[in-house]
Amino acid sequence: MNYFRCVMTHLRKDLQLEWRTKDAINGMLFFTLLVVVVFSLAFDPTAYPTIARQISGGLLWVALLFAAMTALNQSWAREVRNSVLDAQRLVAAPASALFVGKALANLIFVSAVEVVLAPVFAIFYNLHPLGQTWLLLLILPLGTWALVVNGTFFAALSLRTRSRELMLPLVLFPISMPALLGMIQATTNVLTGDLEPTLWIKVLFAYDVVFTTACVLLFDTILNTD
Amino acid sequence: MAAVTTPINSPRPGSSKAQIFGALWFVATMVVMAIGFYAAMTAPKEATMGNLYRVFFYHFPHTILSFLFPYLNCGASLLYLLWRRSNPSRALAADAFAVASAELTVLYASVGLVTGVLWGRAAWGIWWTWDARLTTYLLLWLLYVSYMLVRSFAMGGQTAVLSSVLGIFAAVDIPICFMSIRWWRTQHPAPVFGGSENSGIDPVMVHAVLWNMAAWAMWGAFILGLRYALERRRQLKETAQNAEFYGDSSLMEAR
Repeated sequence: MNYFRCVMTHLRKDLQLEWRTKDAINGMLFFTLLVVVVFSLAFDPTAYPTIARQISGGLLWVALLFAAMTALNQSWAREVRNSVLDAQRLVAAPASALFVGKALANLIFVSAVEVVLAPVFAIFYNLHPLGQTWLLLLILPLGTWALVVNGTFFAALSLRTRSRELMLPLVLFPISMPALLGMIQATTNVLTGDLEPTLWIKVLFAYDVVFTTACVLLFDTILNTD
Repeated sequence: MAAVTTPINSPRPGSSKAQIFGALWFVATMVVMAIGFYAAMTAPKEATMGNLYRVFFYHFPHTILSFLFPYLNCGASLLYLLWRRSNPSRALAADAFAVASAELTVLYASVGLVTGVLWGRAAWGIWWTWDARLTTYLLLWLLYVSYMLVRSFAMGGQTAVLSSVLGIFAAVDIPICFMSIRWWRTQHPAPVFGGSENSGIDPVMVHAVLWNMAAWAMWGAFILGLRYALERRRQLKETAQNAEFYGDSSLMEAR
C-alpha cells in the first residue's frame, strides 16, 4: 500500500468509529453551545453590536478550542482500549500515516461543529460582519488544522503521562499561542472590517506548514516510546 | 530496555577535576559580577529615569540570555533523539543537559519578568502592558514552564523522549511567536510604551552593560554545569539501583 492509501484507511476507520458512536461530535456541539450561552451572560451581545463584532471572533475560537480538547483526548483513548496502539506499532505501514489519518478525522469533526456553530453564533450574537465574509472559508479550515494537527500530536504525547486529560491543554495552549493569535485576529478583522486579514492568513498558513512537518517527522518517535 | 543494560562509562561529573574547575569558575564569576555591580552603580544617572534605570543592567542580560538557553535545550534534545538508540549513555548526558538548560530558561525568564514588572511599575506607572516584547517574553516563560510540567508528569523511562520532542517544538515556536506578536502590536501601537528602548544606550554606560552581561552569562554557565552534574548523579544512582534490582554485576562496576 502506498502512503496515501494508508492515510485513507486510517481516516476511514476513524470516521466509521465516530459514525457508530457520534460521541465526539455530539459532545463538542453541545459543549460549544453551552460556552456560547455562558459568554452571553458576561455581556449583552445584542445590545452592543460593535463590541459583539470585536470580541466574538475570540469567543468563537476559545469555544472551539475547549471543545476540540474534549474530542482530541477521546480520539486516542479509543486506540488505547484493547491495546490497539500496540498493534499499530507492529503494523508495517508508516507511523505518520496513522497520525495524518487521525488528524484529518479530527479536522473533519471540528469542521462539522463549526458548520453548525457559525450560523448559531451569528444568530445569538446578532452579528453583521463588515468585512469580506467569504474569507472565513479560508480562515476556519486553516485555524482548525493548526489546532488539530498539534492537538492530535500532543494528545498522543499526553497518553504517556500521568493524568493525561489534564496534560493536553497544558502543553497545547502555549505552543498554539501564535496560531490562536492568528485565527482570532483574522476572524475579528473579517467581522469588524477594520483591517485586512491577509497577514494573519499568511501567519496561519506558515504555522500550519511548519508544525505539520514537525509533527509528521516526530510522530514515529512518540509512537515508539517505551 | 536499552537504557538499563548499557553501562554509563563517561567521566563522572563529580570527579575532583570537575570540582576544582567548578570552584575556579565560581570565583571568576563572583569577581566579574562584583565588577559588573560596581560599574552598574557608578554609571552616570540616566536623563529621565535617574537611578531607577539601573535595574536595566540586570534586566537586560537576563532577558537576552533567556532567549539563548532554549536553543541549547533544543540542541540537546536533538542530540538525545539522535543518540537514543545508538549510544544510550551519551544520550542520557544530552538529556541531563536539556533539563539543566530548560530550568535555566525558566529561571532567567522569571528574573527577567520580575525585574521588568518592577521597573515597569516605577517607570510607566503600571505593572504590565500587553506590549510586543512583554507578550513574547511571557509566552517564552509559559512554553518552558509547560516543558517542566511534562517532565514531572511523564512516566518512568519515557520522560526523556517526550520532553525532547516538546523541547524541539518549543524552540520552533519561539521565532513564530516573536514575529506574530510583533505584527500584532505594530498594527495597534501601544500607547504606554514611549519607544525609549529603540534610542540605544549612551556610550558611557556600555561597559557596565557588557560587564553585567558577562557576569550573568558566567553565572548561567555555572548553574547550568551544577544542574547538569546533579542530574548526571541522579541518573547514575538510578542506573545503580536498577543494576542492584536486576542483579547485573557489570552495571555495578560501571558505577
